[in-house]
Amino acid sequence: MINVESIYWLIGLLFVGWAFLIARDATHPRRWGSSSFWGLLGLCFFYGTAVEAKTAPAWVLGIAVLVLVALASTGLLGDGRAKTTTEEQRTAFAGKFGNKLFIPALALPVVTVAVVLLAPVLKIGAKPLIDPTHTTLVALGIGAVVAAVVGVAILRPKNKLAPVLEGRRILETIGWAALLPQMLSTLGILFTKAGVGTAVGTLAKGLLPNGSLIAAVVVYCVGMFIFTVLMGNGFAAFPIMTAAIGWPVLVQGFHGQPAIVFAIGMLAGFCGTLCTPMAANFNLVPSALLEMKNKYGVITAQVATGVPLLFVNIALMYFLAFPHA
Amino acid sequence: MLVLIGVLLVIVGFAIRLNPLLVVTISGIVTALLGGMTPLQILNAFGSGFSSSRSVTIFVVVLPVIGLIERFGLQEQAKALISKLARLTTGRVLIGYLLIRQATAAVGLTSIGGHAQTVRPLVFPMAEGAALRRYGSVPDKVREKIKGHSAAADNVGVFFGEDVFVAVGSILLITTFVDTTYGLHLEPLQLAIWAIPTAICAFLIHGFRLLRLDRQLDKAVQEARAEESAAAHTAPAGGAA
Repeated sequence: MINVESIYWLIGLLFVGWAFLIARDATHPRRWGSSSFWGLLGLCFFYGTAVEAKTAPAWVLGIAVLVLVALASTGLLGDGRAKTTTEEQRTAFAGKFGNKLFIPALALPVVTVAVVLLAPVLKIGAKPLIDPTHTTLVALGIGAVVAAVVGVAILRPKNKLAPVLEGRRILETIGWAALLPQMLSTLGILFTKAGVGTAVGTLAKGLLPNGSLIAAVVVYCVGMFIFTVLMGNGFAAFPIMTAAIGWPVLVQGFHGQPAIVFAIGMLAGFCGTLCTPMAANFNLVPSALLEMKNKYGVITAQVATGVPLLFVNIALMYFLAFPHA
Repeated sequence: MLVLIGVLLVIVGFAIRLNPLLVVTISGIVTALLGGMTPLQILNAFGSGFSSSRSVTIFVVVLPVIGLIERFGLQEQAKALISKLARLTTGRVLIGYLLIRQATAAVGLTSIGGHAQTVRPLVFPMAEGAALRRYGSVPDKVREKIKGHSAAADNVGVFFGEDVFVAVGSILLITTFVDTTYGLHLEPLQLAIWAIPTAICAFLIHGFRLLRLDRQLDKAVQEARAEESAAAHTAPAGGAA
């Protein structure tokens, strides 16, 4: 069975490979810091397998993660600007290969989706070939490998390892932002353990005037929004706001239909995801990937959709979920 | 209430633009200490937090293939293709992508796109290509705005599309939580249906903004040109003095 750990090992292997390439690059301005950062990050992906299986202590990985943060925040990590083709060469290649260039780009989603759809029937004996609990992740890993092979076959680069060399170039433009989503996820866990959620829930309840339906809907939706902005996703916000207001006040008190209250409440949280740097994989990694000068540029483009949509959700919940006399 | 200091640290840290990795780590440590965790428990939390969240770094696996096709001019080809289609503007390209992204996510195909897979190699070059055809050249400020909106179209599409599909994480989280906590029996399908009104509104609001984006870009390009020509007029005068 291809399980999700093998995909994490592939990621780990890529990081270690990139660290090796950087270590060999004598022109790199932050050669050793960068090489150590990516190499250690790669090893963490391997070690993580043992932590998940509970066969190795997690604190070792905890120390490694703190070392990564130290390397990244003390300026020891830099972009080596790996060699690639010039703009003129690229235009010439585009003329030569034309729309064939889209084949690997399309092979990626096509293979991924095909693997997702076929996963339930792909079996060796009675055992599923693809880990059924992480189908999408495994499928994306397979899709990426197949697309890279297809790309090499069509474009025939002189160096067959060109995908790895070029991958390093993009990785280095992303830089430390590549680690941020995982760190934010850890922060969410620490926040929850320390009781941040309960504190916010108590605050929200304190704000609620008695007997007003519209006020209760507003506090629930705005609470989901703000809490999501603070935590980076609606998943942590939902149980807390629902326990504080959604269930006791909106469903039990005002007889709202639970399916409508909860579905729209969660979507009010999604509006918050559009507006927060804490949702790094959606809002900060892309600005790094697109090499934007303003790393909050994606959020700037989204706020004017997120905020009006929050009001729409408040109105939808108020008019759809409750028995209006 | 004391644990909210950690939240405050995050807000202040992001506001004064410290390195986010550092902000998040320090806030995590402070919050954990306030919550009464021992140093060993904190290290364990960082370790297990890292290992259980490795899935969010999955985008790394697509970097090799994307890097390879970029090397051979994918972005240039995407630009060239769009510049032949006269009716396509930046806003219309992005509305098209928003629609595709939202519709495919609504039938469960969220992995069809993404910032590394589609936005960087295809969507942004196409949106930029449309602007190049319209303006001849694109000032940096305008390019920056197009980048932001390319990523935004992906996010809005996937967030407000995926909830219409029944087997998505957020829907399953709702049903598991309320069914076990309050003894309800909510069907995922009921929740998915009630995500449709918001999905439609999200498309209308963001689509409307994208239609207006073209006019905003027109204006921004004019302004940038005016600044440039003003600078060009003053430069020789300065040289003479």
